[in-house]
Amino acid sequence: MPDITRRHALGAAAALAVTVGAPLTAAAADDRTGHDDHGGHGDHDGHQPLQPFDEVYRGRRIQGRATEGGGHHHGTGYAVFVDGAELHVMRNADGSWISVVSHYSPVPTPRAAARAAVDELQGARLVPFN
Amino acid sequence: MTTRKNQATLTAAEKRRFVDALIALKRSGRYDEFVTTHNAFILGDTDNGERTGHRSPSFLPWHRRFLLEFERALQSVDSTVALPYWDWTADRTARSSLWAPDFLGGTGRSRDGRVMDGPFAASTGNWPINVRIDGRTYLRRALGSAVRQLPTRAEVDSVLAMPTYDMAPWNSASDGFRNHLEGWRGVNLHNRVHVWVGGQMGTGVSPNDPVFWLHHAFIDKLWADWQRLHPNSAYLPASGTPNVVDLNETMKPWGDTTPAALLDHTPHYTFDAA
Repeated sequence: MPDITRRHALGAAAALAVTVGAPLTAAAADDRTGHDDHGGHGDHDGHQPLQPFDEVYRGRRIQGRATEGGGHHHGTGYAVFVDGAELHVMRNADGSWISVVSHYSPVPTPRAAARAAVDELQGARLVPFN
Repeated sequence: MTTRKNQATLTAAEKRRFVDALIALKRSGRYDEFVTTHNAFILGDTDNGERTGHRSPSFLPWHRRFLLEFERALQSVDSTVALPYWDWTADRTARSSLWAPDFLGGTGRSRDGRVMDGPFAASTGNWPINVRIDGRTYLRRALGSAVRQLPTRAEVDSVLAMPTYDMAPWNSASDGFRNHLEGWRGVNLHNRVHVWVGGQMGTGVSPNDPVFWLHHAFIDKLWADWQRLHPNSAYLPASGTPNVVDLNETMKPWGDTTPAALLDHTPHYTFDAA
Protein backbone atom coordinates (compact mmCIF):
# COMPACT_ATOMS: atom_id res chain seq x y z
CA MET A 1 0.00 0.00 0.00
CA PRO A 2 1.25 3.50 -0.74
CA ASP A 3 1.56 5.87 2.18
CA ILE A 4 -1.20 8.11 0.98
CA THR A 5 -4.33 7.32 2.97
CA ARG A 6 -7.75 6.84 1.48
CA ARG A 7 -8.85 10.01 3.22
CA HIS A 8 -6.12 12.00 1.56
CA ALA A 9 -6.88 10.42 -1.78
CA LEU A 10 -10.54 11.30 -1.50
CA GLY A 11 -9.70 14.79 -0.33
CA ALA A 12 -7.51 15.34 -3.35
CA ALA A 13 -10.20 13.98 -5.63
CA ALA A 14 -12.81 16.22 -4.03
CA ALA A 15 -10.59 19.27 -4.39
CA LEU A 16 -10.11 18.45 -8.05
CA ALA A 17 -13.83 18.00 -8.47
CA VAL A 18 -14.53 21.39 -6.96
CA THR A 19 -12.11 23.01 -9.39
CA VAL A 20 -13.51 21.23 -12.40
CA GLY A 21 -17.11 21.39 -11.27
CA ALA A 22 -17.29 25.06 -10.36
CA PRO A 23 -18.15 26.47 -13.82
CA LEU A 24 -20.78 23.78 -14.29
CA THR A 25 -22.31 24.57 -10.92
CA ALA A 26 -22.40 28.25 -11.73
CA ALA A 27 -24.15 27.44 -14.98
CA ALA A 28 -26.95 25.57 -13.24
CA ALA A 29 -29.80 28.00 -13.71
CA ASP A 30 -31.90 26.58 -10.89
CA ASP A 31 -29.45 27.48 -8.17
CA ARG A 32 -30.19 31.16 -7.72
CA THR A 33 -28.64 31.72 -4.33
CA GLY A 34 -25.70 29.36 -4.21
CA HIS A 35 -26.36 29.04 -0.50
CA ASP A 36 -28.86 26.24 -0.47
CA ASP A 37 -26.58 24.01 1.56
CA HIS A 38 -28.00 25.83 4.55
CA GLY A 39 -31.59 25.91 3.39
CA GLY A 40 -32.70 22.99 5.52
CA HIS A 41 -31.87 24.52 8.89
CA GLY A 42 -34.73 25.65 11.05
CA ASP A 43 -37.35 23.98 8.90
CA HIS A 44 -39.07 21.58 11.22
CA ASP A 45 -42.47 21.35 9.58
CA GLY A 46 -41.28 19.58 6.44
CA HIS A 47 -43.46 21.76 4.21
CA GLN A 48 -41.13 24.56 3.21
CA PRO A 49 -40.50 24.34 -0.52
CA LEU A 50 -36.99 23.26 -1.49
CA GLN A 51 -35.12 24.64 -4.45
CA PRO A 52 -34.59 22.34 -7.40
CA PHE A 53 -31.03 21.77 -8.61
CA ASP A 54 -29.37 20.40 -11.71
CA GLU A 55 -25.60 20.21 -12.00
CA VAL A 56 -22.69 18.01 -12.97
CA TYR A 57 -20.70 16.93 -9.93
CA ARG A 58 -17.56 14.82 -10.37
CA GLY A 59 -18.72 13.81 -13.81
CA ARG A 60 -22.24 12.77 -12.75
CA ARG A 61 -25.44 14.69 -13.44
CA ILE A 62 -27.31 15.24 -10.18
CA GLN A 63 -30.81 16.66 -10.09
CA GLY A 64 -33.36 17.40 -7.41
CA ARG A 65 -36.92 18.56 -7.74
CA ALA A 66 -40.26 18.60 -5.98
CA THR A 67 -42.61 15.73 -6.76
CA GLU A 68 -46.35 15.44 -6.93
CA GLY A 69 -46.44 12.93 -4.07
CA GLY A 70 -47.15 9.36 -5.07
CA GLY A 71 -44.68 6.68 -5.90
CA HIS A 72 -41.52 6.23 -3.91
CA HIS A 73 -41.09 9.38 -1.96
CA HIS A 74 -42.62 8.50 1.40
CA GLY A 75 -44.03 11.97 1.79
CA THR A 76 -40.69 13.64 1.23
CA GLY A 77 -42.20 15.55 -1.69
CA TYR A 78 -38.79 15.78 -3.28
CA ALA A 79 -36.87 13.44 -5.58
CA VAL A 80 -33.16 13.23 -6.34
CA PHE A 81 -31.57 11.66 -9.42
CA VAL A 82 -28.03 10.61 -10.32
CA ASP A 83 -27.55 10.29 -14.08
CA GLY A 84 -31.31 9.97 -14.39
CA ALA A 85 -31.72 7.13 -11.87
CA GLU A 86 -33.65 8.01 -8.74
CA LEU A 87 -31.69 8.08 -5.48
CA HIS A 88 -33.88 7.25 -2.51
CA VAL A 89 -33.60 10.19 -0.10
CA MET A 90 -35.24 10.97 3.20
CA ARG A 91 -35.65 14.09 5.28
CA ASN A 92 -35.00 13.88 9.00
CA ALA A 93 -37.09 15.69 11.60
CA ASP A 94 -34.34 18.29 12.09
CA GLY A 95 -34.37 19.16 8.37
CA SER A 96 -31.21 17.21 7.50
CA TRP A 97 -31.13 14.60 4.72
CA ILE A 98 -29.88 11.09 4.12
CA SER A 99 -29.96 8.73 1.17
CA VAL A 100 -29.99 4.97 0.87
CA VAL A 101 -26.37 5.21 -0.31
CA SER A 102 -25.29 7.15 2.78
CA HIS A 103 -27.93 6.24 5.28
CA TYR A 104 -26.30 6.87 8.66
CA SER A 105 -24.67 10.22 7.95
CA PRO A 106 -27.06 13.19 7.69
CA VAL A 107 -26.18 16.20 5.53
CA PRO A 108 -27.91 19.60 5.35
CA THR A 109 -29.64 19.46 1.94
CA PRO A 110 -30.79 17.08 -0.79
CA ARG A 111 -28.00 18.44 -2.99
CA ALA A 112 -25.46 17.53 -0.34
CA ALA A 113 -27.04 14.05 -0.17
CA ALA A 114 -26.71 13.73 -3.95
CA ARG A 115 -23.07 14.81 -3.83
CA ALA A 116 -22.35 12.38 -0.97
CA ALA A 117 -23.94 9.62 -3.05
CA VAL A 118 -21.73 10.46 -6.04
CA ASP A 119 -18.68 10.33 -3.75
CA GLU A 120 -19.78 6.94 -2.43
CA LEU A 121 -20.67 5.47 -5.81
CA GLN A 122 -17.18 6.03 -7.29
CA GLY A 123 -18.69 5.92 -10.76
CA ALA A 124 -21.10 3.00 -10.20
CA ARG A 125 -24.66 3.22 -11.51
CA LEU A 126 -27.65 3.24 -9.20
CA VAL A 127 -30.07 0.37 -9.59
CA PRO A 128 -33.84 0.93 -9.26
CA PHE A 129 -34.97 0.58 -5.64
CA ASN A 130 -38.30 -1.10 -6.13
CA MET B 1 -28.42 -22.14 25.70
CA THR B 2 -26.77 -19.68 23.36
CA THR B 3 -23.93 -17.61 24.79
CA ARG B 4 -22.95 -14.55 22.81
CA LYS B 5 -19.24 -13.88 23.19
CA ASN B 6 -16.98 -10.94 22.57
CA GLN B 7 -15.54 -11.56 19.10
CA ALA B 8 -12.02 -10.86 20.41
CA THR B 9 -12.20 -13.98 22.60
CA LEU B 10 -13.31 -16.47 19.93
CA THR B 11 -11.09 -19.46 19.26
CA ALA B 12 -9.86 -20.20 15.76
CA ALA B 13 -12.39 -23.03 15.55
CA GLU B 14 -15.27 -20.77 16.64
CA LYS B 15 -14.33 -18.20 14.00
CA ARG B 16 -14.15 -20.87 11.33
CA ARG B 17 -17.55 -22.35 12.21
CA PHE B 18 -19.17 -18.91 12.29
CA VAL B 19 -17.70 -18.01 8.90
CA ASP B 20 -18.69 -21.36 7.40
CA ALA B 21 -22.27 -20.94 8.63
CA LEU B 22 -22.45 -17.45 7.12
CA ILE B 23 -21.25 -18.74 3.78
CA ALA B 24 -23.71 -21.64 3.88
CA LEU B 25 -26.60 -19.21 4.54
CA LYS B 26 -25.35 -17.04 1.71
CA ARG B 27 -25.21 -19.94 -0.70
CA SER B 28 -28.74 -21.05 0.21
CA GLY B 29 -30.18 -17.58 -0.49
CA ARG B 30 -31.42 -17.14 3.07
CA TYR B 31 -28.77 -14.57 3.92
CA ASP B 32 -29.95 -12.20 1.23
CA GLU B 33 -33.51 -12.34 2.54
CA PHE B 34 -32.24 -10.64 5.70
CA VAL B 35 -30.56 -7.91 3.64
CA THR B 36 -33.78 -7.36 1.71
CA THR B 37 -35.86 -7.10 4.89
CA HIS B 38 -33.48 -4.61 6.47
CA ASN B 39 -33.42 -2.38 3.41
CA ALA B 40 -37.21 -2.41 3.15
CA PHE B 41 -37.46 -1.03 6.68
CA ILE B 42 -34.64 1.47 6.09
CA LEU B 43 -36.59 2.82 3.11
CA GLY B 44 -39.96 2.73 4.84
CA ASP B 45 -39.21 4.04 8.35
CA THR B 46 -39.79 7.81 8.40
CA ASP B 47 -39.74 10.41 11.16
CA ASN B 48 -43.25 11.64 10.46
CA GLY B 49 -44.80 8.36 9.32
CA GLU B 50 -44.84 4.73 10.31
CA ARG B 51 -41.50 3.74 11.82
CA THR B 52 -40.54 0.39 13.23
CA GLY B 53 -36.99 -0.77 12.55
CA HIS B 54 -35.19 2.54 12.87
CA ARG B 55 -35.53 6.10 14.20
CA SER B 56 -38.14 4.95 16.69
CA PRO B 57 -38.43 3.30 20.12
CA SER B 58 -38.68 -0.15 18.52
CA PHE B 59 -35.20 0.21 16.97
CA LEU B 60 -33.88 -1.93 19.84
CA PRO B 61 -36.53 -4.69 20.10
CA TRP B 62 -36.83 -4.82 16.28
CA HIS B 63 -33.11 -5.48 15.87
CA ARG B 64 -33.15 -7.90 18.82
CA ARG B 65 -35.76 -10.01 17.00
CA PHE B 66 -34.00 -9.56 13.64
CA LEU B 67 -30.75 -10.87 15.15
CA LEU B 68 -32.59 -13.74 16.84
CA GLU B 69 -34.03 -14.78 13.50
CA PHE B 70 -30.60 -14.58 11.93
CA GLU B 71 -28.91 -16.47 14.76
CA ARG B 72 -31.52 -19.24 14.50
CA ALA B 73 -30.84 -19.46 10.77
CA LEU B 74 -27.11 -19.82 11.50
CA GLN B 75 -27.88 -22.49 14.09
CA SER B 76 -29.93 -24.42 11.57
CA VAL B 77 -26.64 -24.78 9.70
CA ASP B 78 -24.41 -25.34 12.74
CA SER B 79 -26.06 -25.60 16.15
CA THR B 80 -22.85 -24.61 17.95
CA VAL B 81 -22.75 -21.12 16.44
CA ALA B 82 -23.79 -17.99 18.33
CA LEU B 83 -23.59 -14.39 17.23
CA PRO B 84 -20.45 -12.75 18.58
CA TYR B 85 -20.44 -9.07 19.46
CA TRP B 86 -17.91 -6.40 18.53
CA ASP B 87 -17.08 -4.00 21.34
CA TRP B 88 -15.87 -1.18 19.13
CA THR B 89 -14.88 0.89 22.17
CA ALA B 90 -12.12 -1.67 22.82
CA ASP B 91 -11.27 -3.05 19.36
CA ARG B 92 -11.17 0.29 17.66
CA THR B 93 -8.64 0.10 14.86
CA ALA B 94 -8.35 -1.63 11.50
CA ARG B 95 -5.57 -3.73 13.09
CA SER B 96 -8.03 -5.52 15.37
CA SER B 97 -8.16 -9.31 14.99
CA LEU B 98 -11.76 -8.82 13.88
CA TRP B 99 -10.42 -7.66 10.50
CA ALA B 100 -7.82 -10.41 10.08
CA PRO B 101 -7.99 -12.76 7.07
CA ASP B 102 -9.15 -15.66 9.29
CA PHE B 103 -12.25 -13.77 10.35
CA LEU B 104 -13.93 -10.86 8.53
CA GLY B 105 -11.05 -9.70 6.34
CA GLY B 106 -9.76 -6.15 6.26
CA THR B 107 -10.53 -2.77 4.79
CA GLY B 108 -11.06 -2.13 1.08
CA ARG B 109 -8.37 -1.07 -1.35
CA SER B 110 -8.30 2.66 -2.01
CA ARG B 111 -9.19 2.55 -5.72
CA ASP B 112 -12.68 1.07 -5.42
CA GLY B 113 -13.14 0.06 -1.78
CA ARG B 114 -13.00 -3.62 -2.63
CA VAL B 115 -12.19 -5.98 0.24
CA MET B 116 -9.25 -8.08 -0.95
CA ASP B 117 -8.74 -10.63 1.82
CA GLY B 118 -10.70 -12.86 4.16
CA PRO B 119 -13.62 -15.23 3.52
CA PHE B 120 -15.93 -12.51 2.17
CA ALA B 121 -13.61 -11.05 -0.46
CA ALA B 122 -15.27 -11.11 -3.87
CA SER B 123 -12.37 -13.13 -5.29
CA THR B 124 -13.42 -16.15 -3.20
CA GLY B 125 -16.64 -16.43 -5.18
CA ASN B 126 -18.46 -17.07 -1.88
CA TRP B 127 -19.85 -13.62 -1.20
CA PRO B 128 -21.68 -12.03 -4.15
CA ILE B 129 -23.48 -8.80 -3.26
CA ASN B 130 -26.90 -9.49 -4.77
CA VAL B 131 -29.19 -7.15 -2.82
CA ARG B 132 -27.66 -3.85 -3.78
CA ILE B 133 -28.40 -0.25 -4.59
CA ASP B 134 -25.74 0.18 -7.23
CA GLY B 135 -23.98 -1.92 -9.82
CA ARG B 136 -21.11 -3.10 -7.63
CA THR B 137 -21.26 -6.78 -6.71
CA TYR B 138 -18.23 -6.92 -4.38
CA LEU B 139 -18.00 -6.29 -0.64
CA ARG B 140 -16.54 -2.88 0.10
CA ARG B 141 -15.18 -1.18 3.20
CA ALA B 142 -13.25 1.97 4.08
CA LEU B 143 -12.41 1.46 7.75
CA GLY B 144 -11.91 4.78 9.54
CA SER B 145 -12.16 6.83 6.36
CA ALA B 146 -15.45 8.77 6.46
CA VAL B 147 -15.17 9.25 10.22
CA ARG B 148 -11.86 8.84 11.99
CA GLN B 149 -12.80 7.62 15.47
CA LEU B 150 -15.10 4.94 16.79
CA PRO B 151 -17.02 5.87 19.94
CA THR B 152 -15.07 5.68 23.18
CA ARG B 153 -16.04 3.87 26.36
CA ALA B 154 -16.62 7.24 28.02
CA GLU B 155 -19.05 8.21 25.26
CA VAL B 156 -20.88 4.90 25.64
CA ASP B 157 -21.08 5.41 29.41
CA SER B 158 -22.51 8.90 28.92
CA VAL B 159 -25.38 7.39 26.91
CA LEU B 160 -25.89 4.44 29.26
CA ALA B 161 -26.35 7.00 32.06
CA MET B 162 -29.51 8.39 30.46
CA PRO B 163 -32.42 7.19 32.58
CA THR B 164 -35.31 7.65 30.13
CA TYR B 165 -35.69 5.00 27.43
CA ASP B 166 -37.17 7.26 24.76
CA MET B 167 -39.14 10.48 24.44
CA ALA B 168 -41.66 12.18 22.20
CA PRO B 169 -41.62 12.74 19.26
CA TRP B 170 -40.29 9.14 19.22
CA ASN B 171 -38.08 9.67 16.19
CA SER B 172 -34.64 10.93 15.13
CA ALA B 173 -35.24 14.18 17.02
CA SER B 174 -35.87 12.52 20.39
CA ASP B 175 -33.88 12.98 23.54
CA GLY B 176 -33.30 9.92 25.74
CA PHE B 177 -31.33 6.67 25.69
CA ARG B 178 -32.65 5.06 22.49
CA ASN B 179 -31.94 7.93 20.12
CA HIS B 180 -28.55 8.67 21.64
CA LEU B 181 -27.62 5.01 21.28
CA GLU B 182 -28.98 4.94 17.72
CA GLY B 183 -26.97 8.08 17.07
CA TRP B 184 -29.24 10.61 15.40
CA ARG B 185 -28.56 12.90 18.34
CA GLY B 186 -25.61 13.57 20.63
CA VAL B 187 -22.24 11.80 20.64
CA ASN B 188 -23.55 9.28 18.07
CA LEU B 189 -22.87 5.63 18.79
CA HIS B 190 -24.62 3.16 16.44
CA ASN B 191 -24.81 5.34 13.34
CA ARG B 192 -21.18 6.40 13.63
CA VAL B 193 -19.98 2.80 13.61
CA HIS B 194 -21.81 2.15 10.34
CA VAL B 195 -20.10 5.22 8.87
CA TRP B 196 -16.68 4.23 10.26
CA VAL B 197 -16.83 0.84 8.51
CA GLY B 198 -17.96 2.39 5.22
CA GLY B 199 -18.77 0.46 2.06
CA GLN B 200 -22.11 -1.34 2.17
CA MET B 201 -22.21 -0.80 5.96
CA GLY B 202 -22.91 2.88 5.32
CA THR B 203 -25.95 2.11 3.19
CA GLY B 204 -29.46 0.73 3.53
CA VAL B 205 -28.16 -2.71 2.56
CA SER B 206 -25.69 -2.74 5.46
CA PRO B 207 -26.30 -6.42 6.41
CA ASN B 208 -24.35 -7.30 3.25
CA ASP B 209 -21.29 -6.95 5.48
CA PRO B 210 -21.19 -9.70 8.14
CA VAL B 211 -19.89 -7.14 10.64
CA PHE B 212 -23.46 -5.80 10.72
CA TRP B 213 -24.43 -8.68 13.03
CA LEU B 214 -21.47 -8.17 15.37
CA HIS B 215 -22.15 -4.44 15.56
CA HIS B 216 -25.83 -4.95 16.34
CA ALA B 217 -25.09 -7.73 18.82
CA PHE B 218 -23.06 -5.16 20.77
CA ILE B 219 -25.79 -2.51 20.47
CA ASP B 220 -28.16 -5.17 21.79
CA LYS B 221 -25.81 -5.89 24.70
CA LEU B 222 -25.69 -2.16 25.50
CA TRP B 223 -29.48 -2.21 25.78
CA ALA B 224 -29.18 -5.07 28.29
CA ASP B 225 -26.46 -3.15 30.15
CA TRP B 226 -28.72 -0.09 30.27
CA GLN B 227 -31.60 -2.15 31.67
CA ARG B 228 -29.37 -3.39 34.49
CA LEU B 229 -28.27 0.18 35.25
CA HIS B 230 -31.87 1.46 35.26
CA PRO B 231 -34.08 -1.32 36.62
CA ASN B 232 -36.96 1.08 37.14
CA SER B 233 -36.89 2.54 33.62
CA ALA B 234 -39.40 1.04 31.19
CA TYR B 235 -39.75 0.81 27.44
CA LEU B 236 -41.70 3.81 26.18
CA PRO B 237 -44.24 4.69 24.85
CA ALA B 238 -46.70 2.57 26.77
CA SER B 239 -49.76 2.97 24.56
CA GLY B 240 -51.74 4.96 22.04
CA THR B 241 -48.94 6.41 19.91
CA PRO B 242 -49.71 6.76 16.18
CA ASN B 243 -47.11 5.31 13.77
CA VAL B 244 -44.99 4.06 16.69
CA VAL B 245 -44.79 0.57 18.21
CA ASP B 246 -46.07 0.84 21.79
CA LEU B 247 -45.00 -1.60 24.48
CA ASN B 248 -47.69 -4.18 23.75
CA GLU B 249 -48.20 -3.68 20.03
CA THR B 250 -46.99 -6.24 17.53
CA MET B 251 -44.04 -5.47 15.28
CA LYS B 252 -43.78 -5.89 11.55
CA PRO B 253 -42.71 -7.92 9.68
CA TRP B 254 -43.29 -10.76 12.15
CA GLY B 255 -46.66 -9.75 13.57
CA ASP B 256 -46.30 -12.23 16.43
CA THR B 257 -44.14 -10.36 18.92
CA THR B 258 -44.13 -7.11 20.86
CA PRO B 259 -41.47 -4.97 22.51
CA ALA B 260 -42.77 -6.29 25.84
CA ALA B 261 -41.98 -9.85 24.77
CA LEU B 262 -38.41 -8.92 23.86
CA LEU B 263 -37.34 -6.87 26.88
CA ASP B 264 -35.69 -9.88 28.51
CA HIS B 265 -33.02 -11.49 26.33
CA THR B 266 -32.20 -14.29 28.77
CA PRO B 267 -34.80 -16.80 27.50
CA HIS B 268 -32.95 -16.67 24.16
CA TYR B 269 -29.28 -16.10 24.95
CA THR B 270 -26.90 -14.80 27.55
CA PHE B 271 -23.67 -12.86 27.25
CA ASP B 272 -20.21 -14.02 28.19
CA ALA B 273 -19.79 -11.08 30.58
CA ALA B 274 -21.83 -8.39 32.22
